[in-house]
Amino acid sequence: MEHADARTADFLAHVQSGGLVETGDWMPDEYRRRLTKFVEMHANSELMGVLPERDWILRAPTLQRKLALTAKIQDEVGHAQLLYRVVEDLGKPRDACLDDLIEGRSKFHNVFHYPTQSWGDVGVIAWLVDAAAIISQKALLKCSYAPYARIMRKICWEESFHILHGRDVVLTLVTGTQEQRELVQEALDRWWEPLMMFHGNPIPAEEDPMVHWRIKSQANEEARQQFLEGYVPQVLELGLALPDPRLRRRDDGVWAYTEPDWERLLAVVSGHGPASAERLAFRRLSRAEVEWVARTVLAEAA
Amino acid sequence: MTVVYEVFRRERAGAAMQHAGSVAAPDARFAEIYAREQYGRRGESEALWLVPRDAVHQVAEFVDEFDLKYRRVDGYSIKERLKEARELAAKKAARSRDAFPAGDHRR
Repeated sequence: MEHADARTADFLAHVQSGGLVETGDWMPDEYRRRLTKFVEMHANSELMGVLPERDWILRAPTLQRKLALTAKIQDEVGHAQLLYRVVEDLGKPRDACLDDLIEGRSKFHNVFHYPTQSWGDVGVIAWLVDAAAIISQKALLKCSYAPYARIMRKICWEESFHILHGRDVVLTLVTGTQEQRELVQEALDRWWEPLMMFHGNPIPAEEDPMVHWRIKSQANEEARQQFLEGYVPQVLELGLALPDPRLRRRDDGVWAYTEPDWERLLAVVSGHGPASAERLAFRRLSRAEVEWVARTVLAEAA
Repeated sequence: MTVVYEVFRRERAGAAMQHAGSVAAPDARFAEIYAREQYGRRGESEALWLVPRDAVHQVAEFVDEFDLKYRRVDGYSIKERLKEARELAAKKAARSRDAFPAGDHRR
């Protein structure tokens, strides 16, 4: 046991001083467990994140928008594939991940537990949800687990057009009719709370076990502040309003805001969000529908 | 059963093959379909190599038993001695100025 502890201490010192870990390397059980859960949640989020957008493929206002939306969805399903591969190499088979997902035993990001009500939501999601996501994803480029960091490089490269696509949708709407402007404002009102919850509760970096193992390198609040600093001015300059009377940039450059209800965030990501049940039911259905494909492919290859 | 294939890609003609990631597939045909989709659909590759992970012979230990630093740039630390050499040269120049004052060009 003493030997195992010394090995764990060496590993911790290695990752904390910037050292990297590869697939076949020894790693403490706690590191493997936390890392697997984290990457799996990321993969689940990519897979579940396409469902709200999928609803809009047939309702996209123009052919160009339909093509861009489809390409974005294809990218995100691809990201799920890449990430589940990382999880598989950490020891958890993809089938087990998908089973846990549809049975509600694993989590996915809060923002994908909400319904979409208009094309305005699609613009706000593609612009601001993706902007929030890319802040976390860029920080993950420094993850101690190198195979994950490498995949993040590819994902960030592909994500680069998503935000621009979203901003373009929003710009088209705010320069359109009064009704179109209202669509965006209403969508923003709906999505602001989930967006403020996106980066998680403000747990200090020194208490965050994910930062301790250098799986993450950015504290939750740091990510949220970066999001507010970068995007609040961009929203306001379009003449849009944000539904938080306490939101303001203090003299010291820190953004003040109304504290989100963290209990509610926990409930949402535990499958009690307004669209959680519907989204999981759809995943269960599609898993059952394509089960014969997997069976046939494996049988033919055998 | 699925097999893990390591995927290597060449970004443009003349570039080295670089490890990109891996795909899990029942056979090489499916591995090709998945790899094309995941590592080539945006024109980011001009060629791919798919190698079953089991076929990779891995070498990871490199021990420098004979301290071969002299073959590398970081094996040479010249800062201190360069400073010393410059000081020596400066002293020598000063001495020669004293021996042959300005205007005297015999040196």
